[in-house]
Amino acid sequence: MLQLAWLIPVLPLIGFLIIGLANKKLPKAVVGFVGCGSILGSFAIVLTLLTEVLNGTIQSETLTYFNWISAGSLDIKLSFLIDPLSVTMMTIITGVGFLIHLYSAGYMSHDEGFARYFAYLNLFVFSMLILVMGSNFLVLFAGWEGVGLCSYLLIGFWFKNNDYNNAAKKAFIMNRIGDLGFLLGMLLIIVTFGSLEYSAVFEQAQTIFKPGVAQPVLIAITLLLFLGATGKSAQIPLYTWLPDAMAGPTPVSALIHAATMVTAGIYMIVRSNVLFSLAPFTLEVIEIIGLTTALFAATIGLVQNDIKKVLAYSTVSQLGYMFFALGMGAYSTAIFHVATHAFFKALLFLGAGSVIHAMSGEQDIRSMGGLWKKLPITFATFIIGTVAIAGIPPFAGFFSKDEILAHAYEHSPILWALGVLGALMTTFYMFRLVFLTFFGSFRGTEHQKSHLHESPLIMTIPLMVLAVLSIIGGFVGVPEVLGGHNFLKSFLSPIIAPINQHTGHALSHSTELMLMGISVGAVLLVIIIAAIVYISKKAVPSPEGSDLSAPHKVLYNKYYIDEIYRTLVVKPLYWLGDIFYKVFEIRIIDNFVNAWGKGVDRGSAGLRFLQNGSISFYMFAMVIGIILILFFNTIIKL
Amino acid sequence: METSILIFLPLVAGLISFLLPDNRAKQFAFVAALAEFAYSLVLLLQFNPQETLAYATSVPWVKSMGISFSVGMDGISILLVMLTTFLIPLIILSSFRRTFANSNYFYGLVLIMQSALVGVFVARDAFLFYVFWELALIPIYFIALIWGGENRKKITFKFFVYTLAGSLLMLVAIIYLYLQTPNGSFDINQFYAVGSTLSSTDQALVFVAFFLAFAIKMPIFPFHTWQPDTYTVTPAQGTMLLSGIMLKMGIYGVIRWILPLVPEAAHTYGMPAIILSVIGIIYASIIAIKQKDFKRLIAYVSIAHVGLIAAGIFTLGEESLQGGIIQMLSHGINVVGLFFVIDVLFDRTKTLELSSLGGIRNVAPFFTVTFIILLFSSIALPFTGGFPGEFLLFVGIFQYNPWIAAVAGVSVILGAVYMLSSFQKIMLGETNNLTSGFADLFTSEKLVLIPIIILIFWMGIYPDTFLEISGPAVKALIKGTGTSLSLK
Amino acid sequence: MQVLSNTVNNYLVLASILFAIGVMGVLVRRNIIIIFMSIELMLNAINLLLVAFSVFHNDASGQVFVFFIMAVAAAEVTVGLAILVMIYRNTGSVDINSLNKLKW
Repeated sequence: MLQLAWLIPVLPLIGFLIIGLANKKLPKAVVGFVGCGSILGSFAIVLTLLTEVLNGTIQSETLTYFNWISAGSLDIKLSFLIDPLSVTMMTIITGVGFLIHLYSAGYMSHDEGFARYFAYLNLFVFSMLILVMGSNFLVLFAGWEGVGLCSYLLIGFWFKNNDYNNAAKKAFIMNRIGDLGFLLGMLLIIVTFGSLEYSAVFEQAQTIFKPGVAQPVLIAITLLLFLGATGKSAQIPLYTWLPDAMAGPTPVSALIHAATMVTAGIYMIVRSNVLFSLAPFTLEVIEIIGLTTALFAATIGLVQNDIKKVLAYSTVSQLGYMFFALGMGAYSTAIFHVATHAFFKALLFLGAGSVIHAMSGEQDIRSMGGLWKKLPITFATFIIGTVAIAGIPPFAGFFSKDEILAHAYEHSPILWALGVLGALMTTFYMFRLVFLTFFGSFRGTEHQKSHLHESPLIMTIPLMVLAVLSIIGGFVGVPEVLGGHNFLKSFLSPIIAPINQHTGHALSHSTELMLMGISVGAVLLVIIIAAIVYISKKAVPSPEGSDLSAPHKVLYNKYYIDEIYRTLVVKPLYWLGDIFYKVFEIRIIDNFVNAWGKGVDRGSAGLRFLQNGSISFYMFAMVIGIILILFFNTIIKL
Repeated sequence: METSILIFLPLVAGLISFLLPDNRAKQFAFVAALAEFAYSLVLLLQFNPQETLAYATSVPWVKSMGISFSVGMDGISILLVMLTTFLIPLIILSSFRRTFANSNYFYGLVLIMQSALVGVFVARDAFLFYVFWELALIPIYFIALIWGGENRKKITFKFFVYTLAGSLLMLVAIIYLYLQTPNGSFDINQFYAVGSTLSSTDQALVFVAFFLAFAIKMPIFPFHTWQPDTYTVTPAQGTMLLSGIMLKMGIYGVIRWILPLVPEAAHTYGMPAIILSVIGIIYASIIAIKQKDFKRLIAYVSIAHVGLIAAGIFTLGEESLQGGIIQMLSHGINVVGLFFVIDVLFDRTKTLELSSLGGIRNVAPFFTVTFIILLFSSIALPFTGGFPGEFLLFVGIFQYNPWIAAVAGVSVILGAVYMLSSFQKIMLGETNNLTSGFADLFTSEKLVLIPIIILIFWMGIYPDTFLEISGPAVKALIKGTGTSLSLK
Repeated sequence: MQVLSNTVNNYLVLASILFAIGVMGVLVRRNIIIIFMSIELMLNAINLLLVAFSVFHNDASGQVFVFFIMAVAAAEVTVGLAILVMIYRNTGSVDINSLNKLKW
């Protein structure tokens, strides 16, 4: 199937072109069919590739199509790389992507921008596939920017609302900050290795640089790449765009801002794990940033009242976990969590979308409650997603999260404890969300109540499929201690740097079991606490504008990070723009230029008085002139 | 012979256009420009990039002074000639829905301008180069003066005198070099031979003289203050000529008349030139963020883009020279598109104040799509025309000095800020009474933008078409300048 | 030879005096006719010199030049006087200071 691999990204591209060019001329059914069908086609090809990779027919194949940019000694090709990692990512993207497309066909059916929406969504899948399939950093970058563009277009999908437009702009600009880091990282790779091709770069890196020796160049490269990852994957300090990005349609949040695009940073780091493994300093930075983000975002998530905002902070937090894993060198674990997270977070977002759909656009959980009766399928699947993210066995989240925690314990028990703390917070806010939304009594308006309904089948089928995946998805990485052999880890091992391949687990089985027991026990305890607070005591978060305690207020306002950025970055930039324009440009530079003109003007104004029109004066001047000439001539001759 | 036809065809057509009745000039000029484009396309298809000089002609002009009408094209020249011949028909077409008083003179001047621009790009004789260089200034001066907007006299006067002052310095340097040639010749190769034998002080002086002329034309910070005013006041077609093609004269001048001429000085004084360019990038980008008038905003954006090209070219790296050349093409095409978008906006709403526009996306979908593509090409999204050039330029600058590249890279972020902000203010949100009746693009307007968009994607997806043409010429150039930085 | 050079000296002095008178006349008088006459005086001072040196060098070409100059001067006077008449007709005066229109 290798010769058809090019179709994988091209099918969504064709879908985009058909829908985009025909735009409103096509009926919605055709648009939906083309939009979903193109992704399904890609998914089919991906599956055949996956089987070939699984049975070993394909190990690592580079497919070169044409010279993209070649100048001087630089020769960058448009080429794809098919190996376990890219196939894993492709499966997630096209698989989850197809489900979300299907869901969207129902969710967006009443929107007048239906065709536009599917065009963007197909373009997104195209870009995302380019991102993971590229065999060099520049093709990755092309996809990287492409998904940024689609994210921009889709966050600002309802472009009449300027708040949404601002959110879209913010997302793109913050991503660009990261992109600059990525770009500089690539440039440094070019200068250091003379190529951007993964195979060439990694091979050289392993021969030139020896592990254990400090490598300033590699540290610089990896830190710059990581800066790119913080932008795309919403890590401190560039995470603030992701919660705002919830302005987009909910399926978009599920696809782009939970399951796929935001994991691009993780994919990129896993892809270049050879470089990162040779730069332990960077790994430490990633570890710290990842863990900090995980905890930081979780604390904010505890008090948010917008159903999508809670999920958004949860996503930031879970991405933090993935980076935490990367920082510890557990690359395959991070990908494992990417996969399980894609399942349960997409499920949760789609479930939230279903709720919002039923609530006629209401997103505030303070106005919900008791929805389980009206939305049984949504409720059941949402519960599955919540349990999965909380990490209760045997749901998907348990295995991936447990693997991360096991690695943390290997490094240090303190890291493990912090990791568990984050997991507990996640459990708490997720169950708070579930209890407030689905349990208790309905708190919305009568109008909303009369409209409550379960979503149509086209929306609930993806929910059910994702729910199944959230249940069984974890079985690709069952640890040895539970009788598995961690299939995903061995599947991905060819692309992991040799120096990172631990032989055997450092933890004894009993320790590992004990750790699992503690974390699961604590999670159950937290669920009970949440149930007591939000079901038995029927606590409802206080409405907007009421007095909050100081720490609560800080959390509710997201630590005022947006405000801090605005004062520290945005305002000075505007101020600088004014100063440059009004002072430097007009007062200094242009004045200086004009001063030349004015000087000539003034000088001639003075000199023109000599031109007084009196012939006598002219003749007098002439005679004086001749006398002077003769006089000086004589002097020179003397 | 072929090159001479390229020069004289528009010149003759321009003169004929002067004599035509007012209502016929438009069609005539368009046909003439199309013929020129077709002919240049034929030449391009037969062009062999490996040739050092194709379609060359050399006829003595003023024998006693050693001046000859000597023209010819290498890979760099032919690309810029193609840019000119491609854009002029579009620029003429873009004016089809506008009416100018005395349009026969207007189109005549546009065609004469084309002749001069082609001449600049193909001249192989310093004197001839200077003649075309100054000739190009005259039509655009009159276009701006006669058909321009408010306050045009003062602004065009400043523009004319400023650029002329720079050119005069170049004339001094040309005469100086002429006097150094053994048998008194303005031939480019003799100039090259003489230039590299000069003492370093003399090289420095020649460098400064040429640099000032080109820096004002491009323009590079801090010689740019004529530019935003002139762009704002000139009619849209004039702005397209200025930004799309004329500023490339400055960059081309650096490539053709500085780097191989005084290589030693180019190495020594490259750093200050690069630093000025990079300051200009950031400075202009930050100013652009706060502009209220969209045309003026794009004028500053143009300064930023040109700054990057200039910085890349002065690094003398092969990658960045190639990047600079392709970026000249893509910037030319892109900026003409953007100024046309501005023209359409102004035509419909009679204002370019960002704060008074908004919501156009609701009523003009085709216009929106083209605008979005131009916008993202302008901020160098991969697979659009702006990307390969910008990337290669960054590669070159980064090799030269990573810190400078990092500073210049901030423009990647700032570009997103000003472009997206202005897009939002113009196109998004709710319509107001100015924009609610905004008519989507008409056929003739689509015909202008569609070729531009096709080329944007072509250059983004398969830039090799263009890189291959200029590649050998750039290699030869680098060889001529002696040392160069390159990847291992 | 001594005698001759002495005589040339005398001619030189005379010509210089005549020339200086002419210059002063041009500079200080306002009447255009008198200025015109002063110019003629300067011209003739030069003619005198040419003749004197022609004899001194024993070379006839100097005297040929004088004839030539006289012919040209006559032509010039014609034109000049014609202009003068026109000036008088237009301004009603022959005062040179009335002709000060040629200024900024």
